[in-house]
This record gives sequence, structure tokens and C-alpha cells, in this order.
Amino acid sequence: MIITLRYFASLRDAAGCADERMASEAPTPRALYAQAVARHGFTLPLERLRVAVNGDFADADTPLRDGDEVAFLPPVSGG
Amino acid sequence: MFALSESTIDTPRLGRGLESPRTGAVVIFEGRVRDHHQGRVVVGLAYEAYAELALAEGSRITAEARERFDIEQVACVHRVGQLAIGEVAVWVGVTAAHRDAAFAACRYVIDEVKARVPIWKHERYADGNAQWQHP
Repeated sequence: MIITLRYFASLRDAAGCADERMASEAPTPRALYAQAVARHGFTLPLERLRVAVNGDFADADTPLRDGDEVAFLPPVSGG
Repeated sequence: MFALSESTIDTPRLGRGLESPRTGAVVIFEGRVRDHHQGRVVVGLAYEAYAELALAEGSRITAEARERFDIEQVACVHRVGQLAIGEVAVWVGVTAAHRDAAFAACRYVIDEVKARVPIWKHERYADGNAQWQHP
């Protein structure tokens, strides 16, 4: 299936792009993040991130479907 | 109401939007860009947002403030993009009949926004370095 990944802040810098489409059979965002770590060398562990699927917060073990958009959100620092 | 702004936050206009004969108390919080962070000299910063989710989560927070506190109006605007020292990074305005609810709701909104809304600060320092803040 094809998944769109979106990256922000330090993850965007590390990936060198704000988003990418990836063919992946990862069943969950947790598995997808492991693939992204292997690809981009992210150093933030998943435990420090929040996950969003299709524009809303989601559990890291949510089942993924073809066409989903997944974002891995580093600890926030607004305000 | 929660909004993101790519340009200077028009605080006088936002303040005028809070005028109402039912209001006895107005509490406004401005978060501004300061020139130092943990001993380093900050020369400027940028905010990046996951805009769709930031708007959704920010709107949830202002709705929660309405449910939890006896207030009339609540609004929050957060800057994105490049900011200079002294600029307003975030603005929260709350009106209520009485001050206790207005203070409490304003505090609630800024604390929750800082903790939950997907916005990230990138600081630039006088020594030429720059760093994302991921507390």
C-alpha cells in the first residue's frame, strides 16, 4: 500500500523533506516509524513522539490502510 | 476561536473583538519572543505548525475552556513563520462577567496550547547555531 508520511521540525530536517509517499506493508504507525528510522536515521524514539493519522491524533498501533497520511510529531514547543 | 497567523498578530484588533456589555473582566496573555534561552543569546526564531491539526487541537482547547469556566469569549492566535525579538508569538484573550473565571480560563488555554498543539519553535542564536526545541 502507499502511505504519505509528513515530517515536522527536527524530523523534517533529518528527512530532508516535509513529506514523502512510501510503498510500505507496515501494519501500524509503530512499524512505519521503524522503517522511517532505518531510512532517515531519526534519533527521536517513538515514545517521545505523538502520531497523527489522516489529520488527527492516533495510537501508534492503529491499523494502517492504503492511502493513509501519517505524521510523526516531535515534542511540541509552541507558546 | 483558535487561529494561526503568518504575519504580525494584530493585538489591538483582537482586543476590540472582545468588547461586550456583558463583560466585567478581560484577561489577555501575550507570549513574546525573548532574547535569551537557557543562557544563550537568541537573535530570532521561527515557528512551524502542522496547520490542520494545530487548528483542530487549538479549537478543542478553546471549546474546553468554555465548558470548564464561566466565561463569555475566548480567542487564541499563534504565530507561524519568522519572528523577531519582542514580537508576539501567541495571544490569548478571555472575557467573563467576573475576573476569577477569566484568569483561570486564560491560564488553561495557554498551558494547554503549549502542551498539546503541534507547533514547534526553532531558535537562532548569536553564536550562529540554531536548534529546534523539543522539550
